[in-house]
Amino acid sequence: MIKIKNIQKSFGDRTILQGISADFKDGITNLLIGGSGSGKTTLLKCMVGLHEPDSGSVFYDNRNFTSMNFEERIEVRTEIGMLFQGSALFDSMSVEENIMFPLNMFTEQSDQEKLERVNFCLERVNLAGNNKLLTSELSGGMKKRVGIARAIAMNPKYLFCDEPNSGLDPKTSIVIDELIQEITEEYKTTTIVVTHDMNSVMGIGENIIFLHQGKKWWEGSNKEITSTNNQELNEFVFASKFMKKLLK
Amino acid sequence: MGVGSLGIICIISIFLGAVTTVQTAFQLVSDLVPRSVIGGIVRDSSILELSPTISAIVLAGKIGSSVASQIGTMRVTEQIDALEIMGINSPGYLILPKIVGAITMIPLLVTISIALSILGGYLAGTISGAVTPQSFIEGLTTGFDPFTFTVSMIKSVIFAFIITSVAAYQGFYTDGGALEVGQSSTKAVVISCIMILFADYLVAQLLL
Repeated sequence: MIKIKNIQKSFGDRTILQGISADFKDGITNLLIGGSGSGKTTLLKCMVGLHEPDSGSVFYDNRNFTSMNFEERIEVRTEIGMLFQGSALFDSMSVEENIMFPLNMFTEQSDQEKLERVNFCLERVNLAGNNKLLTSELSGGMKKRVGIARAIAMNPKYLFCDEPNSGLDPKTSIVIDELIQEITEEYKTTTIVVTHDMNSVMGIGENIIFLHQGKKWWEGSNKEITSTNNQELNEFVFASKFMKKLLK
Repeated sequence: MGVGSLGIICIISIFLGAVTTVQTAFQLVSDLVPRSVIGGIVRDSSILELSPTISAIVLAGKIGSSVASQIGTMRVTEQIDALEIMGINSPGYLILPKIVGAITMIPLLVTISIALSILGGYLAGTISGAVTPQSFIEGLTTGFDPFTFTVSMIKSVIFAFIITSVAAYQGFYTDGGALEVGQSSTKAVVISCIMILFADYLVAQLLL
């Protein structure tokens, strides 16, 4: 379980996050949604330590991550898997080397064991046999799936996904969403997905936190999101004509 | 880093020596100064100044821009964030090997450059008739102070450190997109060149 308490973050004069507190439960897909500039990605980066919050704390299973030093954080970070918006695959490495990278850095496994783990992860994301491809030879959807394979290589307890559907066609987006949800249920990970894709919200949003102007504006599930009276959330959810028609 | 730069270093070194020979011969108008002096001047200027400094400036353009753009691209495509999320010390993982590589290879390149520069001087002097082969070799072997080579190596190590650390710093702190990667790369080359020239003066002042 991940808890955040009163997270505040500013860049210069611009306040991005204004005292956000939330709990992210194990084994379900937690979604951070909101319009562009609402602070979703900044909050995610504060949670994983890529940004230091100005105040507030992040707890990983009651371990205060914010107060840890670099060495202590390494231990927590080996339990974190992250899928980046642009996949962030190492472009000088093949698919296999990308997935094997964290195993090389943090495990004492033999080459055979590491290869078996890579093959398992690739099979899990339906990319078996693509070990030797370079990242430049992959499509957008394949890159995301390799990113997921790398993120789960170390059997993470916490999985973070930053806009996993950005730049993907609707069909591939659904494949990625389902994959994230399956992995979450299968490995009981605490999964946090940053998105503004309404298909994802309706498809995998078991716990949804809506951010608006750097504040937590609403929290609920995908079953509740269409029936709320929250005006800002309604404007976000029903921004498209399709969603408006769906409601009618 | 080293092998890839060998070609350009070979070409510039031969021409540096050749030009030094021709221009020194042009300025030696007095019959009281023996032509063999040309060999000594080519040797000392190659060892002390031309090979380490000109090579470093060329390498700042080649290696510096490559390091800055490589690390800058990794920054803007979140590859450095990915390393940090995994718990890897990204500066140590990305920058340190480059600095170690440069301070190992650049002195070797400068040594090769010195040899080729002297060879270029010898060939230019012989072909143009500015100096006879015997006179050139006589000048080359007379009054050699091994300390000049030590100074040259010290300069190479310092220049190598400047080239890679400035480029890596510029790349690592790139913020934005492709445009900013290009700007970081340009900045890395400009700052490295200025710092190389400043360090060159400082080492000469302190050691000679």
